[in-house]
Amino acid sequence: MAAHLSSGRVNLTALREAGRRELREFLDKCAGSKAIVWDEYLTGPFGLIAQYSLLKEHEVEKMFTLKPGRLPPADVKNIIFFVRPKLELMDIITDNVLREDRGRSPQRDFHILFVPRRSLLCEQWLKEQGVLGSFIHREQYSLDLIPFDGDLLSMESDSAFKECYLESDQTSLYHAAKGLMTLQALYGTIPQIFGKGDCARHVANMMIRMKREFPGSQNSIFPVFDTLLLLDRNVDLLTPLATQLTYEGLIDEIYGIQNTSEDFFDNLTVEQEFMSGIDTDKVNNYIEDCIAQKHPLIKILRLVCLQSVCNSGLKQKVLDHYKREILQTYGYEHILTLNNLEKAGLLKPQTGGRNNYPTIRKTLRLWMDDVNEQSPNDISYVYSGYAPLSVRLAQLLARPGWRSIEEVLKMLPGPHFEERQQLPTGLQKKRQQGENRVTLVFFLGGVTYAEIAALRFLSQMEDGGTEYIIATTKLINGTTWIKSLMEKLEPAPF
Amino acid sequence: MSRVRADEEEYWHSSKFRAFTFDDEDDELSQLKESKRAVNSLRDIVDDDDDDDLERVSWSGEPVGSISWSIKETASGSTGSLDGRDSSLQKGPSSYAALPKQASSYSLSSLFKGRNKLSSFQSLSDALTDTGIKNYAPELRRPKAEYKICSLERFRSLQDKLLLLDEAVAGHDGNVITAVLIFLKRTLRREILFRELEVRQVALCHLIHFLREMGEQKFLLDLLRFLDRTEEVALSQYREHLNIQDVEKRREFLKGCIGLPFSAEDTSHIQDHYTLLERQIIIEANDRHLEMAGQSELFRKYPRKASILNMPLVTTLFYSCFYHYTEAEGMFSSPTNLKKTFKIPDKQYVLTALAARAKLRAWGDVDALLTTKNWLGYTKKKAPIGFHRVVEILQRNNAPVQVLQEYVRLVEDVETRLNLASKYKCHDVVIETYRDLKDRVQLTAYKCKVERGSAEEEKIQSILSNMQIRWKN
Repeated sequence: MAAHLSSGRVNLTALREAGRRELREFLDKCAGSKAIVWDEYLTGPFGLIAQYSLLKEHEVEKMFTLKPGRLPPADVKNIIFFVRPKLELMDIITDNVLREDRGRSPQRDFHILFVPRRSLLCEQWLKEQGVLGSFIHREQYSLDLIPFDGDLLSMESDSAFKECYLESDQTSLYHAAKGLMTLQALYGTIPQIFGKGDCARHVANMMIRMKREFPGSQNSIFPVFDTLLLLDRNVDLLTPLATQLTYEGLIDEIYGIQNTSEDFFDNLTVEQEFMSGIDTDKVNNYIEDCIAQKHPLIKILRLVCLQSVCNSGLKQKVLDHYKREILQTYGYEHILTLNNLEKAGLLKPQTGGRNNYPTIRKTLRLWMDDVNEQSPNDISYVYSGYAPLSVRLAQLLARPGWRSIEEVLKMLPGPHFEERQQLPTGLQKKRQQGENRVTLVFFLGGVTYAEIAALRFLSQMEDGGTEYIIATTKLINGTTWIKSLMEKLEPAPF
Repeated sequence: MSRVRADEEEYWHSSKFRAFTFDDEDDELSQLKESKRAVNSLRDIVDDDDDDDLERVSWSGEPVGSISWSIKETASGSTGSLDGRDSSLQKGPSSYAALPKQASSYSLSSLFKGRNKLSSFQSLSDALTDTGIKNYAPELRRPKAEYKICSLERFRSLQDKLLLLDEAVAGHDGNVITAVLIFLKRTLRREILFRELEVRQVALCHLIHFLREMGEQKFLLDLLRFLDRTEEVALSQYREHLNIQDVEKRREFLKGCIGLPFSAEDTSHIQDHYTLLERQIIIEANDRHLEMAGQSELFRKYPRKASILNMPLVTTLFYSCFYHYTEAEGMFSSPTNLKKTFKIPDKQYVLTALAARAKLRAWGDVDALLTTKNWLGYTKKKAPIGFHRVVEILQRNNAPVQVLQEYVRLVEDVETRLNLASKYKCHDVVIETYRDLKDRVQLTAYKCKVERGSAEEEKIQSILSNMQIRWKN
């Protein structure tokens, strides 16, 4: 039944079971027949935890989608809202509650389950509208890390990157830390923590602090993970911008987009030129043509950001030229988005006059000319010759270790560090002959399918020595990622 | 439902808590009395709570939560430090140490929610969340008088408040940080709050995010000005224009944005935005009038699909090239006026004008656009965008072959030229090119592609039979 979760080296079924128990407990708290009103965004993640049959066992008789207006009729004792803590959703809930027919009998009880956590702002908002008192149970369901596959966990937090890098809001990092504590409770303390990046450092600090504050969480579970590697997304901004060329990655990118195959290949050619360092310091003709033909703005933004990252920032004249063309073609209001991209480090002027990217590329062997996609021998097959920087870092950490790339690490943003966590005596891991190490790689800010494929490739390698489990704040592709950084330009409906 | 509401009312109107003041002075004696009283009440409650499973208590406003909260922070208040490891409570009666009940590994929540109620302040987040949000009575849009105090009022001195803030930040819990910031925003003078936040980056970012979410624009701008983050002030203010639907008001607003401290580059963009909208309003008014009057053939034949208001510059240029192509430069609606005012580069201008005229099938205009006269009076065809692009645009607008052919002929790259010519059946161009390449084989092969007995077939025939040509194959 949960075959896909137990197929890997780490049996993630236990994580899902824990999630189910918490859900059951809450449902039972709202005794009697119930209807659930769903925030649509949550149906996906919840579907990975529990099926409707489980809900039915706990007297869930109806399910509705959250929308304004009167709630549909349902002869149940309880109405439970399953929602993310977002103000817009609170407005809808308020509307539902206020329109409830008080005269009806029997009256229905209201409850809210916030996922993954409650929010002061939301509850205050409900109070402002005068409906806070209408809810009997207001709780949170800490769905921090959702098991997507036997080796893949995601928080599905689509605003994590923006919050961390644009707004310096560490809430999602807090959730990541909490998720990691949950994992350790189920799978044992992780003895070694490595990290690169400011957010990585914060998460590690939080983990250490949380461990100190809950001495009871020291458990006697034999550790499954040998190592945790925390990586900031902004250590490798390049990878999500490039078009993914693995099957899953391609589907993820292309679905819903109408490209001619000609244009697709032209696009790819330009990307590959940038990634191999060709002409990254000039205004690019293909990009200009695309702007002139008013191709979708996100496509343009991906390309100019790619050029900027491959050049360690664009020359002021080149940057100004692109900005002007974009604003004149798509509208001046996009100044706000361009500003966000600059803040995130994706599209910025070159400072210090030095382009570090070629050095990084050479030292870490990111560009492999002789790639064989049919029977690959290196992770660079996922981008047809380009090895994702993030995965290369993981690879080198396992063998021969980061000491060998100290200089390059310094060129990448944020600190790099190592922490050790004490294991109770008797639980020290003794590896059998030929047994692989298990490393959990946590991408803070998002991970692409291509990076997942690359890590899986490493796991399968004979004599690879390490198996990887992947965790992230969100599964992303270049389009969804850039979109999350764009200013919402349509005014709010209310 | 009503049960909870009644509790809530009762809570808010109870006289349990004193009214707060803005005084920053400490009142240790009364604090101590208060804390003694609170500690005693806690004992009673904790006794009853032995069977409590320590799941997070719902925030329904039961007084229990708030008292235990008061205990903890009062205890730390009296020792002058917010460090959670306060010894005075830690050495509580040993029976309490049995709490929390050691949760089975089955329930995730109990692992992290279960806590020793008496162990001092494990973490600020636990403490704050135990007591319930409603205790914090933030000022959002409600007159102060409506709320009674909130227990954070115990933190009277500036020092205590700052310690509270630092502790909240160290805990990383967003809700807690927000709650504390709301309290500080209400109880500190602005200059002090700003000054303290300036050196506390995380709290500062958090507050900015909060102010944006809640739409507290004025406060936000004051904060940014204080921090000298002038560009952000400018952008923040500019962002507001998106909320203004009325065009005139939006224009006024944009005008006001011009003097703001943007970077030099951005300033010119904002200026352009204003100027563009100003022009669009004028053009829109005139054109709407023209359309309704029904006199203009152009507007009758091609009714406008949408208003030009708030469209990007290039779209406006296209519109202008479509409906106002021949107007004098002095008119706001003329393309040349737009080009001059907004310094639109030649390339963009030609491309846009081309697209507009092609749509109207005005091939003469297309030709004129691409023709330049040199000083000797000789004309020459020139395209700042490459003739293959010109061909593309014309073809998309179903230009007749004779027109298309002219420009295919001018494509510089031979292979591209041949591709386009074959694709669009510009036979003459194919024939001429093969002739120029002296490629007899290809030319012969091409004979099959043209209609039997046509002029093109004859042309090929005559070239093939030309003795003077030195064929390469």
